[in-house]
Amino acid sequence: MRNLFALLSGSLFGTGLLLSGMTDTTRVQGWLDIFGAWDPTLAFVMGGAILPMAIAWRFTQGRNPGLGGQFPGKPVQRLDSKLILGSVLFGMGWGLAGLCPGPAIASLSFGGISGLTFAAAMAAGMAAAPFVRTRLDGVVAAV
Amino acid sequence: MQTEWLWGLAGGGLIGSAGALYLLVNGRIMGASGIIGGLVDGSAGSQWAERASFLVGLFVVPALLALTFVAHDTHATSNLVVISAAGLLVGVGTRLANGCTSGHGVCGISRLSVRGLAATVFYILAGGLSVVLFRHVLGVI
Repeated sequence: MRNLFALLSGSLFGTGLLLSGMTDTTRVQGWLDIFGAWDPTLAFVMGGAILPMAIAWRFTQGRNPGLGGQFPGKPVQRLDSKLILGSVLFGMGWGLAGLCPGPAIASLSFGGISGLTFAAAMAAGMAAAPFVRTRLDGVVAAV
Repeated sequence: MQTEWLWGLAGGGLIGSAGALYLLVNGRIMGASGIIGGLVDGSAGSQWAERASFLVGLFVVPALLALTFVAHDTHATSNLVVISAAGLLVGVGTRLANGCTSGHGVCGISRLSVRGLAATVFYILAGGLSVVLFRHVLGVI
């Protein structure tokens, strides 16, 4: 049952990414490129996605998930260097290719060699992340 | 142009509904980098089937839609050095930051998470700088 609803959610996610144009790198880079022909679409996508999510979060209060277990706890409100550094690295790559993890998977069937290469490199980066994290912790502890 | 904004809004609504479904039924935060990363580094543990099912839907349904009627072209660069570097940065960065556009952006901001908001501000700023640097200064994209 969990797997069925996860499949359904992934399907909705992929449909939304495709219809909204987020699998098109020119659209994403067009939004980031404030000095070029600026494309505001991404802001509409974000707004359209945040609204149902905000309603869903309100609905979680005093309830449990439909398939049992517990909802995620209150968000940690403290910032740390890994959050900032990671987001900066992610942003650099996002701007460079115009792809982030969700659209990378959603466009894998029609993204050609570039799409496959991006996904393989992304997986390699994700596999390397635990080691980078450990090294960073060492650096932070030494300072 | 304006129809594209409407498609953006409608597609965004589907993305948010997907996140709402994953949260309300499965009790989990829909973050693409966490779902993929947990399978890549093995930290998903007993959740692997649930995450793999999500990814199957994410891959297969756009593939079917693209086969039929929806316009599709990623227009991604064919420069494999650039695309590899970008993929590595996205992979390492999202896992260090524990989230990407879906986890921090959509799911985090919608519950007023300071970390989600801060991450989003930093990856958008870095993304903007990246496009300026690599497109307008260095001319590689």
